[in-house]
Amino acid sequence: MTLAAAANENLAHISNVLIYSAMAVYTLAFLAHIAEWVFGSRSAVGRTAAAITVEAQETAAGTAGKAAAQGGGTAVLERPKVVTRSVTGDRDVPDGPGAAGTSEKGDVYGRSAISLTVLAFLLHAGGVLTRALSVERAPWGNMYEFSTTFGMAVVGVYLVLLVLKKNVRWLGLPLTTTILLDLGLAVSVLYTDSDQLVPALHSYWLWIHVSCAILSGAALWVGACSTLMYLFRDGYEARLVAGRTGAGLDRYLAELPQDRTWARFKAKLAKGTDNPVSRLPAAATLDKFAYRINATVFPLWTFTIVAGAIWAEAAWGRYWGWDPKEVWSFITWVAYACYLHARATAGWKGRKAAYIALFAFATYIFNYYGVNIFVTGKHSYAGV
Amino acid sequence: MSKTEPTPATEDQDIGAAGSQLSTAPTEDEGVAMPGSFGGVRKPGALGWLAWSGREAVGWVRWIWRQLTSMRVALILLFLLSLGTIPGSLIPQTSVDAVKADNWRKAHETLAPVYDKLGLFHVYSSVWFSAIYILLFTSLIGCIVPRTWQFVGQLRGRPPGAPRRLDRMPVYSTWHTDAEPGQVLAAARGLLKKRRFRTEAAGDAVASEKGYLREAGNLVFHIALIVMLVSFASGQLWKSEGQKLMVEGDTFANTLTQYDDFKSGSLFRADDLDPFSFSLDTFEGTYERTGPQRGTPRTYEAQVTYRDGADGTPRKKTIKVNEPLETADSKVYLIGHGYAPVVSVYDGQGKLAYRGGVASLPLDANVTESTVIKVPDYRDKDGNQSQLGFKGLFVPTQDPAMPMVSRFPALDNPRLVLTAYRGWLGINSGVPQSVYQLDTSKMQQFKDKDGKSPFAQNLKVGDTMTLPDGAGTLKFEGIKAWATFQVSQQPGNGMALVGAVAALVGVAGSLFIQRRRVWVRAVRGADGRTVVEMAGLGRSESAKLPEEIADLAAALTADAPPVAPEEPEAAEEPVAPADSQDSAEPSEGARA
Ligand code: HEM
Repeated sequence: MTLAAAANENLAHISNVLIYSAMAVYTLAFLAHIAEWVFGSRSAVGRTAAAITVEAQETAAGTAGKAAAQGGGTAVLERPKVVTRSVTGDRDVPDGPGAAGTSEKGDVYGRSAISLTVLAFLLHAGGVLTRALSVERAPWGNMYEFSTTFGMAVVGVYLVLLVLKKNVRWLGLPLTTTILLDLGLAVSVLYTDSDQLVPALHSYWLWIHVSCAILSGAALWVGACSTLMYLFRDGYEARLVAGRTGAGLDRYLAELPQDRTWARFKAKLAKGTDNPVSRLPAAATLDKFAYRINATVFPLWTFTIVAGAIWAEAAWGRYWGWDPKEVWSFITWVAYACYLHARATAGWKGRKAAYIALFAFATYIFNYYGVNIFVTGKHSYAGV
Repeated sequence: MSKTEPTPATEDQDIGAAGSQLSTAPTEDEGVAMPGSFGGVRKPGALGWLAWSGREAVGWVRWIWRQLTSMRVALILLFLLSLGTIPGSLIPQTSVDAVKADNWRKAHETLAPVYDKLGLFHVYSSVWFSAIYILLFTSLIGCIVPRTWQFVGQLRGRPPGAPRRLDRMPVYSTWHTDAEPGQVLAAARGLLKKRRFRTEAAGDAVASEKGYLREAGNLVFHIALIVMLVSFASGQLWKSEGQKLMVEGDTFANTLTQYDDFKSGSLFRADDLDPFSFSLDTFEGTYERTGPQRGTPRTYEAQVTYRDGADGTPRKKTIKVNEPLETADSKVYLIGHGYAPVVSVYDGQGKLAYRGGVASLPLDANVTESTVIKVPDYRDKDGNQSQLGFKGLFVPTQDPAMPMVSRFPALDNPRLVLTAYRGWLGINSGVPQSVYQLDTSKMQQFKDKDGKSPFAQNLKVGDTMTLPDGAGTLKFEGIKAWATFQVSQQPGNGMALVGAVAALVGVAGSLFIQRRRVWVRAVRGADGRTVVEMAGLGRSESAKLPEEIADLAAALTADAPPVAPEEPEAAEEPVAPADSQDSAEPSEGARA
């Protein structure tokens, strides 16, 4: 017993070291991403932005539609070619060039940032695994464990999307920032020594319910990031079409009366953010990406709640009792259903739907931090 | 050439016609008639007024119904539902924790009456919350019924014919071939059928559609929501939930009178209770011994023997926190536990006046317990009838430095600290009494030898407390554990589970399946060769559709091998550039 306990303590110690190492490497990745964006802004962004402006104005002049056409030349074609065109009335603004712009140096930094993220992820996963071994159960018994696993899942989702060749490299900087915050909070405020579970958590539903909750949250985080960027990018594109970027924005700002503080603030904010925002994917791309993530997660989140209800029925004798944790997962669910409806309703697509999506994600986060810390209910367990 | 395509307006019309009924979602009618203008002309006289009012009323009802069942209002109601659910998690709810709600009331004297008026202590049964979800579900039913009929109609009908200009569809492919148009169309139809498209040949084109399960899934999902609501509601109406405290060795039979505490839905009747019985053989708890979580519970196990029905065969079972006993329609959950010191009390005559395990009330996480022993049937040393009461603490692990607080929840050093009273317990005064409280208003505390300080003693198991003046003795015989059980009967659980599973399957179908149409047209071109056109339209733009069309086109070339057009003007036909597989992507956007 004491021998095993010592071994476990040892493992728990290794786990802590791994988590701290992962944080160090994430910090390097974070710095590399910063360098990527900085080099990108110095490089050809001016040129890129100008090119986009020209193209966008052309589009605005009524040459919408993209069916590319070209004569076939060879005698026998191998495979018929497929042409796609957008019919949703999106502005035909192309995706931005990415964080590094056209800067090769920036690109190198960006690539190293991703390699560092992979390394940090391995350390991070090792930390979570040794923690699980040290407590001989799923590492989700308290908020410290939940936070470290949640961060790992977020990075995991990002890396999987990268491997699938999805256009998510722009996520790098927000990702490392979030992970550092998440882990920082975990090791400083939420840390709990490794330990066994209270009896209510002894159930295989813990594995099913909590792993689904963590995975849903990780994917929803990616969706929310995309939505947030969409809002910035959408504003940028609207101004692009209206000719209010770059010099146009300067002119607009100069003409704005001093007392229109809010408009001036927005214009200045735009001036400060246009450069990085111009390197993001197009608003339509971000919007669609966010929708796909959220729509994919919705059934999983539904399942998470159903699994939780089945577990609650076994543990507490009722499958639904309006416990704060249950209430907030229900709110999150309804809010995402609301978002899906908004996407399917004329007049609610676009920015309004995006605000609903951000509200929905906020309810998820509140359920996690807010309810565990500020509200007491049946879901409060050992430590925090 | 594409840069000079016609104006978007006509394109939208084309797309609109080709995509009509791809979904059964209600279309938003933006310019709704001005409310109040339903009645039309009002003829003079009372009859005219009556007819006008009738038309007006019907018009209003129709208008409200149309509003209520529109997507926009459903959306707003959904949003209200998510907002309206919030207060219930932040303000203590009477139904969840009545004590906490009462304490909150006392702590916020000015706010509490306002909150009471707004029903904020029982949000989920308040008028306004009910209004939101009843409206939402009315809207839901009003939406599902027409959509179901529409969907059935679509299943009966045929996929709509090919639009005039296929090259305006979002995904398009074309090539020339030497095969005959008829041959190509037959091959296309065969191919699409093999891929489980529903196909329809009309004129020079084949129309096809696939992915109806999306709509079916969506309807199943929404219907399942209603099933879940109904089962939840019926569960609330017919449920029963009772609690029973049992000391090791006690037996419980499932009848109303045996419960300590019983709640039931408004439609529950006492003879709905399942007949069964069980006895608590042993209860055991284990606790963390070391580390910062010292004292945290690890396992709780209650060994019981139960009988189904009035006289079934006895069976053994271990009830744990996540593992209730299931018998008939009832479930027995383990919800609490504590210790019951076993004592014998002898009166002034030396006769046994009381013996038993006294379930004591836990006060803290280390199971310091308050113990109250009432001895109603007692004679003093002179033979006079009177009553005895004992009050004190039971401490499973006593630390001599702090004798009144337990240091650990297990029985490491159990002690009973008691003081005694004599007089009248007030049991028969008609006011119900808590077993955990001693009413000492008509009692006198025994005093120490000095006659002033109260008489009290710290007892180990086996110790005897001898009351002053030969008033009697109390022997601390041993310790039993007690456990509280909750017996729940909630009809509708099975239906709720079926609803939940159906909702899951439905929503997955609704979100993951693409409903799409594919058309193939083959006509003889000006050069005498056959021009094959293939186009696809999905309910929403998706990266999958271009892939599918590319795949179908490639498959069709087996029967319609592509050849290069010879005529110069044929080059005008939109044929994608060589890298169009990739060029398909930018307009597609997210490659997710
Ligand atoms: C009460 C009135 C309701 C109406 C009129 C309604 C209507 C619709 C319609 C027409 C769709 C299809 C949209 C599409 O195909 O994209 C839809 C989809 C959906 N509805 Fe509802 N619904 C209602 C209530 C609810 C409720 C209460 C929920 C659950 C909280 C819900 C969840 C969903 C989901 C998840 C989808 C899938 C969204 C998608 O396909 O993109 N609906 N709803």
